[in-house]
Amino acid sequence: MTLDATDRRILKATASGLPLTPHPFEEVGRWLFLPENEVIARMQAMQDDGVIRRVAVAPNHYALGMAANGMSVWDLDDPVAETLGARVGALAFVSHCYLRPRALPDWPYNLFAMLHGKTRDEVEAKRAEVAALLGDACRSHDILYSTRILKKTGMRLAGEG
Amino acid sequence: MRATLPPDALDATDRLLINRLQDGLPLTHAPFAPIAAEAGLTEAEVVDRIAQLREIGAITRFGPFLDAEAMGGAFCLCAMSVPAGQFDEVVTYVNELPEVAHNYERQHQLNMWFVLACEKAEQIAETAARIERETGLKVLRFPKLKEFFIGFRVEA
Repeated sequence: MTLDATDRRILKATASGLPLTPHPFEEVGRWLFLPENEVIARMQAMQDDGVIRRVAVAPNHYALGMAANGMSVWDLDDPVAETLGARVGALAFVSHCYLRPRALPDWPYNLFAMLHGKTRDEVEAKRAEVAALLGDACRSHDILYSTRILKKTGMRLAGEG
Repeated sequence: MRATLPPDALDATDRLLINRLQDGLPLTHAPFAPIAAEAGLTEAEVVDRIAQLREIGAITRFGPFLDAEAMGGAFCLCAMSVPAGQFDEVVTYVNELPEVAHNYERQHQLNMWFVLACEKAEQIAETAARIERETGLKVLRFPKLKEFFIGFRVEA
């Protein structure tokens, strides 16, 4: 999808969040001198096209008690990887779940799932739950705990549009 | 390390809101109306709750989530196995690259995991190759083939 200058203005204006009012799109329209229905129509078009995934809240895992999290990785049989990946992604304690290519011989895993829990023991118990769900379709698995955030920057939009 | 909220910081309504608000709101004049009805609150009360949840740090942001790939950009998870003696030097080099969006140290033979975010797909390979040349270390690339996202649920 090609975004025009007005689309970009809307994304820029809302990059740090929507105004907290019962009618947030009306308020965004006021900021940008656009009618509310145009803000909504443009955002809907961008959402239909996948540029906007959704308008939602981002929870803070740490504050919500999910202090332990690990990147669990699984080596799944290719023919069933999609079906099983969707089932893992649907588990309540999994926040992100992706199929990725293996990097043999260094890396045999093709499913990545972020597991969250209050403690590492809880995360390990959840890992065992995933392993039970996957059964024989999974040849091996591992979990990588993060020890340090080395860099974290938000996504940046290029240009003012 | 960020602090964890005390267990009584959220009531059942807060938990309902956090869970439902992750799924995405309708893009309408009154986007909070359906969730307000479900929670038995007015829309203004929902908005106040969200403001309060942000205030105490239970949520970090309310707004549109963008997909850089759909906007013509490219993302790629990468991993390196960096010897301990070289770690700080490699972190400094990698973090200075504007293409590197996140970088995490992880407990594994592959101990550095970062995300490259570029405007064009070919820049991913170019940037990975540049890091390999500069550090003399292999950069494994794990582009996303398929995403399964449901979100994160707070125990009710």
